[in-house]
Amino acid sequence: MPYITFIIISLTVFWLLLSGFWDNGLLLALGAVSVALVGYLTWQIERQHPTMLSTRILLLLPVFLVWLIGEIIKANIDVLKRIWFSGRYPVEPIMKSLPMSQKGALGKTIYANAITLTPGTVSVDVVGDRVLVHAVSAEGIAGLEEGEMDRRVTALEGKTT
Amino acid sequence: MEQVVDILSWLLLLAGSFLGISGAIGLFRFPDFYSRVHAASVTDTLCALLIISGLVLQAGFTLITVKLIIVLLFLWYTSPVASHALVKAAHYHGLKPLLSDSNEDEVKEEEVSSKS
Repeated sequence: MPYITFIIISLTVFWLLLSGFWDNGLLLALGAVSVALVGYLTWQIERQHPTMLSTRILLLLPVFLVWLIGEIIKANIDVLKRIWFSGRYPVEPIMKSLPMSQKGALGKTIYANAITLTPGTVSVDVVGDRVLVHAVSAEGIAGLEEGEMDRRVTALEGKTT
Repeated sequence: MEQVVDILSWLLLLAGSFLGISGAIGLFRFPDFYSRVHAASVTDTLCALLIISGLVLQAGFTLITVKLIIVLLFLWYTSPVASHALVKAAHYHGLKPLLSDSNEDEVKEEEVSSKS
């Protein structure tokens, strides 16, 4: 039940922010119908494939995003150097499968997407508890192997069973 | 004050455009499909962040700012999924990545172990 409440509240806020029409009865009614329809569909999908979305993830995700923006800026500068000064900073592609410590599907998804979102590293495949990563240089892989991003996503996930 | 915001916003927009062009150039300079994805992700991430920050400064505290931030969030949620789908499809169809020499053996081992 908390899931469906969260979906309805967030969809309503999302509709109001996107439309900007807050005093037209017809449009508000149509908005309510859309929210109900999308809420129903999401609820059906959630019943078949539970995501284990928790309040903890929702509250901690912004903190993680701020940290991720810092990482993205650093990684962008690195890839930019390889684009413009290819002599001094050569492209040395490397592919390696790394362990991931997340338990749930949502945690694994967040981790793999965070890897892909950071330029210089792309998650190619997720098999069980390992993620195959293609990186533009050995430093990128070394940064991931250090495991700070992995730890942060696992902390985000919390102790789920 | 307004001029300071304007100049700042223009700097952000110009830096964003520069990153967009860099991404396009990297797309041509990088050697193979997998590394080109890295060049393209420069355009997805920091370029989008800088351009949208510049536009947010132009819009001020309005509903448009909220929408711009939502656009950025959705871009950041969806673009890694698209890159991952492309790379995974290429990998499954057997496109071999161009690798630096030291890495070749390791990948062969991985492939053997994942098949068994």
